[in-house]
Amino acid sequence: MATASSARQSQQWVGQPLQRREDSRFLRGTGRYTDDVPHAFALHVAFVRSPIAFGVIRSIEVTRALEIPGVVAVLTSADLGHPSLTGFLDRDEFVTTSMPILAHERVRFVGEPIAIVVATDRYIAEDAVEAVACEIDELTAIVTMDDQVPSQIPIHDAAPDGVLVDLRMFTDDELEGVLAASPLVVDETFRSGRLQAAPMEGRGALAEWIDRDDQLVVTVSTQLPHQVRTGIAQALGLVERQVRVIVPDVGGGFGFKAVLGREEVAVAAAARILGRPVRWAEDRLESLTASFQGREQEYTVRAGFTEDGVLTGLAADIRCNVGAYSAFPFTCGLEPIMAATEFLGVYKVPRYASRSRGIASNKPPSNAYRGVSRPQIVMVMEGLMDRAADRLGIDRVEIRRRNTIRPEDFPYTGPNGITYEPGSYLEALELCAAQVQQLGWWQRREEAAPGFIRGIGIANFSERNAYGTATMGLRRMPMTPGFEVAHLTMDASGDVTLTSGTCSAGQGHETTFAQIVADRLGIAPDRIKLRQGDTDLTSFGWGTFAGRSLVIGGGAAAVAARKLATQLKEVAAYLLSVSADDIELSNGNATVRVSGESMSIDDIAKTVHFRSHLLPAREEYLLESHGSADPSGMFSNGCHAALVEIDAGTGAVCVLDYLVVEDCGVIVNPLVVDGQVRGGIAQGIGSTLYEEAEYSSDGQPLAGSFMSYLVPTAAEMPPIAIHHLETPCYQTETGVKGMGEAGTIGAPAVILSALNDALRSRGAWLEHVPVTPADMQQLLALPIETESS
Amino acid sequence: MSESCEITLTVNGVRHQVSVEPRRTLADVLRIDLGLTGTHVGCEHGICGACTVLMDDQPVRACLVFGVQADGSSIRTVEGLAANGELTDLQQAFSRHHALQCGFCTPGFLMLAEGYLAETPAPDRVAVREMVSANLCRCTGYQGIVDAIVDVAEQRFHERPI
Amino acid sequence: MKPASFEYHRATTVSEALTFVNELGEDAKFIAGGQSLVPMMNFRLARPTALIDIMHIPKLNSIYRDGDSLIVGALTRHRTLELTTDASVVEGFALLSSAARWIGHTPIRTRGTIGGSLVHADASAEWCMMARLFDAQMTLEGPRGRRTVSSGDWFQGMFSTAADFNELLVEIQFISPRRYGALAEFARRHGDFALAAVAVAFDVVDDRLCNVGIVIGGVEGIPVRASEAETLLEGASLGAVDVEGAARSAAAGVEPMESEPGEAAYRRHLVDTLTRRAIHDALATRVQ
Ligand SMILES: Cc1cc2nc3c(=O)[nH]c(=O)nc-3n(C[C@H](O)[C@H](O)[C@H](O)COP(=O)(O)OP(=O)(O)OC[C@H]3O[C@@H](n4cnc5c(N)ncnc54)[C@H](O)[C@@H]3O)c2cc1C
Ligand code: FES
Ligand code: FES
Repeated sequence: MATASSARQSQQWVGQPLQRREDSRFLRGTGRYTDDVPHAFALHVAFVRSPIAFGVIRSIEVTRALEIPGVVAVLTSADLGHPSLTGFLDRDEFVTTSMPILAHERVRFVGEPIAIVVATDRYIAEDAVEAVACEIDELTAIVTMDDQVPSQIPIHDAAPDGVLVDLRMFTDDELEGVLAASPLVVDETFRSGRLQAAPMEGRGALAEWIDRDDQLVVTVSTQLPHQVRTGIAQALGLVERQVRVIVPDVGGGFGFKAVLGREEVAVAAAARILGRPVRWAEDRLESLTASFQGREQEYTVRAGFTEDGVLTGLAADIRCNVGAYSAFPFTCGLEPIMAATEFLGVYKVPRYASRSRGIASNKPPSNAYRGVSRPQIVMVMEGLMDRAADRLGIDRVEIRRRNTIRPEDFPYTGPNGITYEPGSYLEALELCAAQVQQLGWWQRREEAAPGFIRGIGIANFSERNAYGTATMGLRRMPMTPGFEVAHLTMDASGDVTLTSGTCSAGQGHETTFAQIVADRLGIAPDRIKLRQGDTDLTSFGWGTFAGRSLVIGGGAAAVAARKLATQLKEVAAYLLSVSADDIELSNGNATVRVSGESMSIDDIAKTVHFRSHLLPAREEYLLESHGSADPSGMFSNGCHAALVEIDAGTGAVCVLDYLVVEDCGVIVNPLVVDGQVRGGIAQGIGSTLYEEAEYSSDGQPLAGSFMSYLVPTAAEMPPIAIHHLETPCYQTETGVKGMGEAGTIGAPAVILSALNDALRSRGAWLEHVPVTPADMQQLLALPIETESS
Repeated sequence: MSESCEITLTVNGVRHQVSVEPRRTLADVLRIDLGLTGTHVGCEHGICGACTVLMDDQPVRACLVFGVQADGSSIRTVEGLAANGELTDLQQAFSRHHALQCGFCTPGFLMLAEGYLAETPAPDRVAVREMVSANLCRCTGYQGIVDAIVDVAEQRFHERPI
Repeated sequence: MKPASFEYHRATTVSEALTFVNELGEDAKFIAGGQSLVPMMNFRLARPTALIDIMHIPKLNSIYRDGDSLIVGALTRHRTLELTTDASVVEGFALLSSAARWIGHTPIRTRGTIGGSLVHADASAEWCMMARLFDAQMTLEGPRGRRTVSSGDWFQGMFSTAADFNELLVEIQFISPRRYGALAEFARRHGDFALAAVAVAFDVVDDRLCNVGIVIGGVEGIPVRASEAETLLEGASLGAVDVEGAARSAAAGVEPMESEPGEAAYRRHLVDTLTRRAIHDALATRVQ
């Protein structure tokens, strides 16, 4: 395998801030998202949804709805044959539960679909929804992780105590002794609020049975085309070949679409039963209250430190409110497993034990949201560092320095069993701290106007990504992701089509994949067309999530490109009567290194296609190759700093300035990398200061609109400066590490750190997000302490 | 269902006569009846701005206007920007400054900025940021959007006929 | 999120609008800019059986001066008021233009009307506060003919006014100009409805404050005058304005809505802060 550095020597396109190929259509309004796909005959869907959080369904009365002109069908679970989806983990500590496509017997959260209405347009479908009468006996809702109602039936019979997964993945008999002997034990409980990824495009589906192909063709807004195919096939009793999933442009995913929702299956089922095309576009109310949420977590942690601030051990009890169901395919184990496994971040922790649970509630199911548990664990680890620094009188950067995995420690294996490949953990911290100094933040911190308090936060962290099968296998899912396969075909005009099982939702794959392939084929990226999002046109893949696409999908593309380059060289060598080793591909030409004699790659392509009789007989005709990649997974890393200001008069927090040092290995396109970082930070700031999917004590959603679910606007965003470090990854040909989630992961920790810095003089301390102005106001009402305490 | 009404809309300079139910929003008329799906729908309650179009040159939320209310008016949508095939300076600046990722919000921001710049020729960065805060983008963190609009405003200001 | 069906009628004169509403009855609604009504209809929280579109009554889209008074037609857009800064028109009401800037965002302000805002009567709406601050008189036309309601009587409770369903608000007369004024608001996110807002206006005669008006929005079900705080400032000499005292008094005087524990205390605190800021800002407009 070529090493990253040798591969980079011939690079022309990787590393360039190339404007994106996909931009043109988005700017013209000719991009095509699921609800934009034209279909003259499609019927429209609206769902009858539960108005209460927990109850037993007595009856569903649909006759009045069916009388409305334009209503084609109202289907219940029974009408669909009671299909369901089951996310499964092969672990004793996991309780298997199923998610019916439409609720029957019980409803388990407000918004849960009970029936699907199919009509000639969405307006009429919604009229009909109002005409369906459901009789439901209400039970007491379980809303928080501490709610218990012993006298009534549980949410799932299989889990009488409401615990769907209870993992003790890491144990250490010595830990308690070590903590007891530690001069300082920081004992804290951190909490994070429930969130919604809120992509601007909600979910959506358009399904049609095509007899000619004996196939259900389902257009879906998803990150996981092939897993959606598997789920729909399983739920509807079809074989995989009978389902074709097409993914057009996706208006943001962020994990929210790394799942198969029940509505998509219901739409597919309705299309099959009715024999007519059926479509659904999730509206904002459905999206905010009846889809997937995440991140409602609580961490009770005890961390031992020496007097010098060196970590001696850490015990964590992690609870995740996973909502009413286990999502398909990644299950409700997703957050608890991630939290426990990757808790320790960039720090050396000699001893570690954790328990992590997923607890059911009468809220929508949890699923991945950008960063999955990492925003929380980084917030907790950094909170512990800040707390210990304060207690021990050590500088906050210094205490981090003392605990960070150092360059000479790599490859480092932690008590979590993970072996870390080299990263710039310490360098990032030092650079960030130096920048804070150089930019005069410490002085700005002191320059707050009367009635305002400022603070500086710092957060050093890593982002594990591109999990391959070796790593994913440890989770014990019956469907274990990890590898990718790429296919390359050069056509007669010398243009290349690349297919990949990854699936862009705005990350710019069409540009970055092309940059990788272009360098290896010596042609311009605009000659390379990426095809994704069609299970009939691409080979099986695992979609896009967890920073895997450019690393694994792009890695596979690099392998395929290398092979195609060899084919091109062999043809050129034959035609130019030299050895293939003497040929170099660049600037669209195959050139003989010594003589300079050359022919264009376009001519090679033409010859191979149209005049192949000129070439010697061979086993493989045409110009086609494929490549695979399955790295075990890697860590990119970063360090963030933020300068914040609290308005004591209102409790409002303003992030004044934000600094990022990030290391994602080889950068393919700096525009795209910076965009991912900034966008991630916006979401991180949202989750720290604005957003929460709140529920009333009886399980009614309180954030059903963008008036109450506060996605930040431009006015809430600080300027963000980004510095890049580059520690190439040695697991792939490209040297690339994933980086899609870092912004979201770092922001809560760094802002909380900054707020706690500001609040130190007030003797206040925060360990939850989101922090609302009202919370802040309450904290500020505390008596003022002197700086020395 | 109540009876349909005949309405006339001039969209991107082309006159259309359509028969619509009164309750159909302008966003749905554009998307469904006229097939102009560049105008997106992200919330249907006026906050996200994905549906922003120009109605008689003023930016409005197409999800908060019924088609019947717009009868007789002139509408500009994203599809009308690069009318002669070439991207406008604003569209080019969006690409240059990576002001879009998934692109779902982009038509709304473009129309918002288009309407704004026509009325406010030389805005400063603070004013642009305030204006941009009218719409939501979940992908970019907004910096590129603000940069792109500031860039175009400056460019247009310098190239204005004196 | 699609509205229930309705009939649509377009009125081009006031009398036409009134005829429609008479025929269609209580379940019909006037629609002006639709910026409050349409979101509610999309959520099906409002479901009028008919809409009477009044946006095409040209007469109601006007701003003019009548002596001390500023008279604004009910269909005047927020955006128009925002851009009306001509001193000969807005003398004494300059705060209206800056208050308009707090209303949502530009694409809302291009459609939303002052009349719609006053009839919708959100307690934190800028126009509702301005109406209280500048002692507006609301002129209605309806089956009872033309009548005028003072801002003190207009607001009857949350989202409820003195206007009957079949009465059309035609114009708003702001009658108490004040040279100096400011509006201080707080919302979680830029452009959102305020959690609390305080507007202050006064004149200065012989270096003393007079005609002091202080209005608190978004805290009680309707915008309220902080009369004790007003009295406290009335006649204060410029060098010795008891800002603290006025703020404390304003905060003590409100009875905030509370939907979750601690909210009332928090809103009260906001009133204190915002009153302080509004007075400071208003004083600063004098220095300029
Ligand atoms: C995203 C968003 C943010 C907003 N932010 C703010 C804000 O910060 N501050 C603020 O004040 N407002 C805000 N608004 C509301 C906006 O100001 C509305 O424009 C205003 O409240 C209503 O005016 P309208 O002309 O749109 O009225 P409509 O929505 O058309 O009507 C509102 C009500 O008034 C009635 N009505 C309208 N005109 C008349 C009339 N002349 N006579 C009798 N009845 C009439 C209607 O029947 C209806 O009941 C916001 C709206 C949105 C969508
Ligand atoms: S769809 Fe119109 S503002 Fe969101
Ligand atoms: S680019 Fe995706 S929402 Fe803005």
